[in-house]
Amino acid sequence: MIRYIIKRFLMMIPVLLAVSFVVYFLMDLAPGDIVGMMAPPDATEVEIEMMRKEMGLDGTLPERYFRYMKNLLKGDLGMSLSMKRPVIDIFFERFPATLKLAFGSIIVAMIISIPLGIAAATHHRSWLDGASMVTAMLGLSMPSFWLGLLLIILFSLKLGWLPSGGSDGFLSIILPAITLGAAQAGNLTRITRSSMLEVIRQDYLRTARAKGVSEKKVIYKHALKNALIPIITIFGSTLGNALGGAVAIETVFSWPGVGRLTVSAINSRDMTLATGCIIMFTIFFTLTMLLVDIAYAYVDPRIKAQYSK
Amino acid sequence: MKKDLVLNVKNLVVRYETEDGIVKAVNGLNLEIERGKAIGLVGETGAGKTTTALSLLRLIPEPPGVEECGLMELDGLDMLSLTPKELEKVRGKDISMIFQDPMTALNPVFTVGDQIAESIHLHEDVSYTEAQRRAIDMLELVGIPGERASDYPHQFSGGMKQRVVIAIALACRPKLLIADEPTTALDVTIQAQVLELMKNLRKKYQTSLIMITHDLGIVAEICDEVAVMYAGNIVEKGTLEDVFNRTKHPYTEGLFNSIPNIYDRKAMLTPIKGLMPDPTNLPEGCPFHPRCPYMDEDCKKPQTDRAISDTHFVRCSAYDRPGFHINRKEK
Ligand SMILES: Nc1ncnc2c1ncn2[C@@H]1O[C@H](COP(=O)(O)OP(=O)(O)O)[C@@H](O)[C@H]1O
Ligand SMILES: [Mg+2]
Repeated sequence: MIRYIIKRFLMMIPVLLAVSFVVYFLMDLAPGDIVGMMAPPDATEVEIEMMRKEMGLDGTLPERYFRYMKNLLKGDLGMSLSMKRPVIDIFFERFPATLKLAFGSIIVAMIISIPLGIAAATHHRSWLDGASMVTAMLGLSMPSFWLGLLLIILFSLKLGWLPSGGSDGFLSIILPAITLGAAQAGNLTRITRSSMLEVIRQDYLRTARAKGVSEKKVIYKHALKNALIPIITIFGSTLGNALGGAVAIETVFSWPGVGRLTVSAINSRDMTLATGCIIMFTIFFTLTMLLVDIAYAYVDPRIKAQYSK
Repeated sequence: MKKDLVLNVKNLVVRYETEDGIVKAVNGLNLEIERGKAIGLVGETGAGKTTTALSLLRLIPEPPGVEECGLMELDGLDMLSLTPKELEKVRGKDISMIFQDPMTALNPVFTVGDQIAESIHLHEDVSYTEAQRRAIDMLELVGIPGERASDYPHQFSGGMKQRVVIAIALACRPKLLIADEPTTALDVTIQAQVLELMKNLRKKYQTSLIMITHDLGIVAEICDEVAVMYAGNIVEKGTLEDVFNRTKHPYTEGLFNSIPNIYDRKAMLTPIKGLMPDPTNLPEGCPFHPRCPYMDEDCKKPQTDRAISDTHFVRCSAYDRPGFHINRKEK
């Protein structure tokens, strides 16, 4: 198991190299130049050139890229061009808010989708099954920002129950978490249902019933633990979606997370900040996937046995 | 003299209402089992053996299953009047079942120790730690080292898994054990070991047994009585001697003629002509009559059980004909 984890860590290196390469070059393609934007209108060519050098933006693109990568390997993501502070500091100031939102949305998604998926499977082909599938499709197909706006209109503007944005206190996370959670819940309900339908026909549930296990325990203990295996596998991509979805939703709800930070960094052509954020994001994403795989091994003894060989 | 019955079933009917029609799986079956006896339930695939077993545990899946029954008493307890909660207390405690395929009968995500202990913990007033300790005893009883209790099912071979299933079924010393083709899925060499184990444990615990099989050899080895099942009903029942040596039903005769005789290798194998009837569309009267060499018009009328002796009955109207007998000789 330890060896497997180390192997997975080493596999992150090529992934990060590729991501940094793509992001760095794409950012360079974006029109607009921060030096031009920040320089005073009456600055001379020479002054602009000096500023460029100060910010580490002189030289050809490959030159800059290698300089950037050299620093990155030392753990240095550089200084934000617009805020004049280390990128890493800014990132970690904002990241907890994004994580909070992503996990909040997943909790919302699980609270909705696991009971719904189980009910749909245990009442296969009944009206309950149909209704839950329609709900799931709705959640899946509704654009998040639109649902977000609808919720703001209803709960903040009309009813005035919940704040429409910002991040003070528990109340302010409710709307963004529901918005983002609804999108995840659709998928999660479908997976829970199909996974549960598969498990529900298995012989070992009949063995459990024949032992005198109550129907509730058959479903929530014997069946659910098996049905969770595919649900955990997609948990990685669910969290990925949640993190990604946060980018859009953070702007709608003025949520002070990395998503909004990245968007504003791109708008102000702050390349080091934008690139740094995306790279850090990738690192966290890969780490999550690894954690998910470890959790997977924990639930399914057959996988654990494979790793320990 | 009143018999000491551990199971008494009258007029059990089970159908599966599927999209392709109504499958008449069990059709008015009667079954009595005396305490401590082992009865073999034999018949071809599709005869309704598993359905009968499941309905004794009141575990027929509904839908598609529909169950009707005149009487079902387990050691005097009226199984038909029990609430779901009360049934949970009976299953695994008074009646338990060993399933056909050990490869799929165990839950892959729980240790075998936990799967045995669960049954003990459910039915007996002991702590979970105590239940786990007793699960280890059960494992050793079925010939598996106790330290393997913390292993998962995928770490065991088919024969070992079936031993675990047996340990689960016997953990609370049931009054009646149903074994549904417990060795069909196993290698021949393993089959003998598992049968031997079941035979010994049954003796040790005095458990009554319904051994479902299509192997008459196993019946001869383990059982006191035989019930032959065809198209959802028992067509002949008696002691081993009754059914093996004084065969009465033409279908039973057909079964014996279709197994190889090791004493007379030159003897012809004569399989029963025709196929099992479609359970969605059973023939009138005796369901065997289209395949029966002794068939006449009376066979299309409703059939009743007729006693041959105190222990032996047959469901065949041909015995109304004076002097009727089947070709197979009495031994
Ligand atoms: N869940 C079910 N749904 C529909 N038909 C079933 C179901 N279970 C069994 N049957 C049908 O009932 C009949 C009896 O089956 P079964 O009791 O399994 O026989 P056996 O165990 O003797 O082979 C068969 O025709 C089978 O196809
Ligand atoms: Mg069967």
